[in-house]
Amino acid sequence: MHISPVPLSWYLLLSALLFALGVAGFLYRKSIITVFMSIELMLNAVNLTFISFSYKLRQIDGHIYAFFVMVVAAAEAAVGLAIILTIFKNRGTLQIDEVDSMKL
Amino acid sequence: MDTVLFVIFAIVSLICAFNVVLQTHPISSALSLVGVMGSLAVLYLLLGAEFLAMTQVIVYGGAVMVLFVFTIMLLNAGSEKSSSKSWFAQIAGLPLLLAFVALMGFLIKGVMPALPAVRFGSFIGGTAEQIGRLLFTEYLLPFEVISILILIAILGAVVLARKEID
Amino acid sequence: MTLWLIPFFPLLGFLINGLFGKRLSKPAVSLFAVGSVALSFIYVLILLSKLYPLTTPYTEHDFTWIHSGFLQVGFDLTVDRLTALMLMIVTGVGLLIHTYATGYMQHEEGYARFFSYFNLFMFFMLVLVLASNLLVLFVGWEGVGLCSYLLVGFYYKEKFASDAANKAFIVNRIGDFGFLLGIFLVVMTFRTLDFGQIASAVSSMPVETNAGILTAITLLLFAGATGKSAQIPLYVWLPDAMAGPTPVSALIHAATMVTAGVYMVARTAFLYNHSTIAMSVVAVIGLFTAVLAATIGVAQNDIKRVFAYSTVSQLGYMFLGLGLGAYSAGMFHVMTHAFFKALLFLGAGSVIHGLGGEQDLRHMGGLRKSMPITFVTLGIASLAISGFPFLSGFYSKDAILSAAYEHAPWMFWIGALTAGLTAFYVFRAFFLTFFGTYRGHHHPHESPLSMTFPLIVLAILSAIGGFFSVPHLLAPLFPLSTGPENITPMIISASFGILGILIAYVFYVANPALAETVRVRAGGLYTLVLNKYYVDEIYAAFIVRPLEVLSRYGLWKAVDVGLIDGAVVDGGGRLVRSVGGLLRQLQSGSIRNYATWVMAGSLIVIFVLGLVGGSVR
Repeated sequence: MHISPVPLSWYLLLSALLFALGVAGFLYRKSIITVFMSIELMLNAVNLTFISFSYKLRQIDGHIYAFFVMVVAAAEAAVGLAIILTIFKNRGTLQIDEVDSMKL
Repeated sequence: MDTVLFVIFAIVSLICAFNVVLQTHPISSALSLVGVMGSLAVLYLLLGAEFLAMTQVIVYGGAVMVLFVFTIMLLNAGSEKSSSKSWFAQIAGLPLLLAFVALMGFLIKGVMPALPAVRFGSFIGGTAEQIGRLLFTEYLLPFEVISILILIAILGAVVLARKEID
Repeated sequence: MTLWLIPFFPLLGFLINGLFGKRLSKPAVSLFAVGSVALSFIYVLILLSKLYPLTTPYTEHDFTWIHSGFLQVGFDLTVDRLTALMLMIVTGVGLLIHTYATGYMQHEEGYARFFSYFNLFMFFMLVLVLASNLLVLFVGWEGVGLCSYLLVGFYYKEKFASDAANKAFIVNRIGDFGFLLGIFLVVMTFRTLDFGQIASAVSSMPVETNAGILTAITLLLFAGATGKSAQIPLYVWLPDAMAGPTPVSALIHAATMVTAGVYMVARTAFLYNHSTIAMSVVAVIGLFTAVLAATIGVAQNDIKRVFAYSTVSQLGYMFLGLGLGAYSAGMFHVMTHAFFKALLFLGAGSVIHGLGGEQDLRHMGGLRKSMPITFVTLGIASLAISGFPFLSGFYSKDAILSAAYEHAPWMFWIGALTAGLTAFYVFRAFFLTFFGTYRGHHHPHESPLSMTFPLIVLAILSAIGGFFSVPHLLAPLFPLSTGPENITPMIISASFGILGILIAYVFYVANPALAETVRVRAGGLYTLVLNKYYVDEIYAAFIVRPLEVLSRYGLWKAVDVGLIDGAVVDGGGRLVRSVGGLLRQLQSGSIRNYATWVMAGSLIVIFVLGLVGGSVR
């Protein structure tokens, strides 16, 4: 049975959906760690976009960018989690709604 | 074959992504996220990005997520309570997201010029050799900067975490 | 031959006495004050003798004041025969009054201040008289108004004095508004303010019988004159201005400042000659003012008030003369009036001084024995103002009334009747003061020489001043009327005058009770006249009060407090505050809120980029 190949636009659409889900998680979750994970989800979605376009353009610059994104994500995860630890140490809570002392 | 793989793993990644958002306990979200990473790695392979697929699994799945799980367990993060103070995000968030997806869909389908179909094996440029060559010639400066960034991140993490132990 | 020296001497006196007066002794102050005026007077004499015969004007351009577009205004001074007459009057009579004031003000505090203001007044008056264009004249005009304010309010610690000073200045200002509008129209029409240039420009224009630009100009300038020279409707400040020291009343409100309006009209006669409406207005207002003021003067009890209303009335005569085209007759009366009115005021001041400050006629009487010099001099003045034959007032009044007889007989008859009234009320005051028995409680004594000497000089001038024929003097400027002199008006007006004196004698010397009876019988009419026809009260109710209400509730409460403070100033603040308060909500401290906003913003950016960016190849 011949199944037609997948057009690239589906990959892009998937990426968009994943990104949207990442944003949703960022907006609707209360725990800081979960919010952080949503950020990682968003970054992954973007990586997918980069690689899709790289496929289309037949160049691997997109791969390089995705690579860099990954590196930065990793660094960010490390530092961010350290910050979360500090917040937990100082405020005793992981709910982002309670970390609002910058309120006017 | 590629189509089937794509469909399966796309669905898997979507389900896992939904799970990340919808699960109450952080651990479940973390594990779902690992699933997303894995499916994405397969998708990268389909697109001909071998090096990146491997990197994804190793770095994301093997390091970042492990870090997340460690932290969750260290902090003993429990299930979320249901209080909500931010009404604005609740109300405005959903329409915004839908608008976003719609906009993206429109741009992708309508505005973009014709996109080729994806055939596994059609693009073989994503080898380690190719990436390495580019990394050390054209993108040398960013590469070096990124190295320093990692160094700073390590230092930062050590300093931040260290205060706690005292 | 520098003309600016003439006003310069009094200016110097003002500066010296003003800046250093407190540290100088009284004789030193008097020396500078009187000396500066004396220097001016002597210089005027020298100048005029050099410039004789002065058939054409002598002009001097000191510096260019305004040079803007087409308008060139210089600080120019000019002397012609009209100016010469005024210069002699101002410096001569001014010198006499300054001398008198050294005696009168001897025991007052603020001696130096008084003389510095007095000298400043002389400066401005001389600038006014010497002016060669409307703007310099206006500078002098305003300046004398200022000095009038300063001097009327000399006893500033008394409320009625400072009120009177305010009234004088403000009412003057109203007239000056009209004057300014007139100046603007002159600039618009003639593109110059110089008298000579306007005169030559207007000579080619036709005489306006209907309302036209020249009528507008002359009427507006005359409005200023009604303020400065106390005519209807702006005369109300003059009687109140008697709150100032008597030398002030003599100099400013008799001899010089109030005649500035008359001088101005004579100066701009070339404009008035071209507007029949304006001339009629001037004459009618002059006539009615003369009558009105004379009737009020009949009932007043304060000696200075009687003379104040007399001044208003005589000024009316002068304007009557001007309005009838008899400019030199009007100026003739200016001169004789300066003599006898100054004398009347100075004499009244002498009486007041001798009675220790008493001004009410009802508390005087029988002073002819204790103050003989004052008695004689005041008698001469009273005869002069009544138009007693061969004294100065007789000739000048006759000149005006003859002109009336020829042009508008009805004006003549009213004027003649008023002359009779004038004689009556002046002699009423005279008889009440010097005849009968003394009704007061002081020890009357004659005044010192510094005061009696000017009285004597002025009395001589009041007596013989009529022989100095001003109409012949001013003939190069205002051609004499040809034709035989008509004796009839002369006889009629003189008879009315003498009749007035006789009636006053009857009422106040022969049969004093008669005056009382008439007063009681007249009842309401008497009260009406005593209260000056309630004109001040009418003005207060219909003009001042609405203005006050408008100011307080309209402009202050509504506009200033409500609109400007409330809406603009406070409102601006409140607006900023509320917007800030609104924007502040954004800073909720909640990360999720921030993220939502970022999302919304980036959506917009994507949308725009998608529309604008187009496809990327």
